Amino acid sequence: MVQFTLPRNSKIITGKTWPKPDGATNVRKFQIYRWNPDDGKNPQVDTYFVDMDACGPMVLDALIKIKNEIDPTLTFRRSCREGICGSCAMNIDGINTLACIYGMDEIKGDVKIYPLPHMPVVKDLIPDLTHFYAQHESIMPWLETKTSAPEHEWRQSIEDRKKLDGLYECVMCACCSTSCPSYWWNGDRYLGPAALLHAYRWIIDSRDEATGERLDDLEDPFKLYRCHTIMNCAKTCPKGLNPAKAIASIKKMMVERQL
Amino acid sequence: MADVNRGNRPLSPHLQIYRKQLNSVTSIINRLTGISLLGGALLVVWWLMAAASSAEYFAFVDGLMTSVLGDIVMTLSLLALWYHALAGVRHLVWDMGFGLDPEASDKMGWGIIIGTVAFTFLTIIAI
Repeated sequence: MVQFTLPRNSKIITGKTWPKPDGATNVRKFQIYRWNPDDGKNPQVDTYFVDMDACGPMVLDALIKIKNEIDPTLTFRRSCREGICGSCAMNIDGINTLACIYGMDEIKGDVKIYPLPHMPVVKDLIPDLTHFYAQHESIMPWLETKTSAPEHEWRQSIEDRKKLDGLYECVMCACCSTSCPSYWWNGDRYLGPAALLHAYRWIIDSRDEATGERLDDLEDPFKLYRCHTIMNCAKTCPKGLNPAKAIASIKKMMVERQL
Repeated sequence: MADVNRGNRPLSPHLQIYRKQLNSVTSIINRLTGISLLGGALLVVWWLMAAASSAEYFAFVDGLMTSVLGDIVMTLSLLALWYHALAGVRHLVWDMGFGLDPEASDKMGWGIIIGTVAFTFLTIIAI
């Protein structure tokens, strides 16, 4: 259901302002969401100052610098630092993106960083993605076949392979699903843009032989049809993919198979 | 679905921090105009039913409808009607599989806003 306000235990209180670095002339202000599961307090927004003359260009560079030099308790996920693992997905400057490929020159004013929206927080910038992954699993993200396996690989024409472009590149960072107001209000039953993009990736795979079953599973008032084409997903995808289009394609197939 | 014990985990902020964008704003206005048009439609039905009942009652309701407040409500309803109609057309275009990239849908979003103002203005001139 729609919730305009945060639950009592989630309301944000004023946090700590950390000292400015000595002798720095090019300082940038960072406001970062903090929540510690061990101290029993509400989440807070801490303020940090980073010397931009001694910092890399991406938001992740600044986060790592803060963790190394100012506050080692700052907690966030990161791994590949080149936009391929999807670990450092967070809300930066009001949109969801990957901290490692989002340049600080794209941000005007202070840099505001929150965890992915409307998710249970494990600590600081780390959301609990258990349900998100379970939804991905529910769409059977694998090749389903009925005919016996060929002697070599399952063949696919160049044209059929092209249908997977713009879909297979998804790294499951959860930026799109957590940008979607429909997913915020009905995420328990609505699958969300990421899982649906993956569903479509297998539905249109020429080698897959469970298209009917896959569509049957999505023929549900919540799983698929809570998409109202708000388009936050396509706007925010750090990989430039378009889940809204994939969802629209599934809706079209639903109609076409009844004609 | 996995049943997660979330303990006392806070919910991360959402509406409070997410950037308002043309696509999300035009979407929520479509819903708001849809709901408020229900009220506008009821007013018109009330006006028609008054016309079917008696001359005195119709004069009373018609007086309300053509008062300054009535004019404001009906002008806003007209704006809402044009907005909702044009946004509905955008949904039809989307459902046929066109205009689904962010740039195209933003262009249509501006089209809805400009079209709403223009058509409302033309409708007021015409009647």
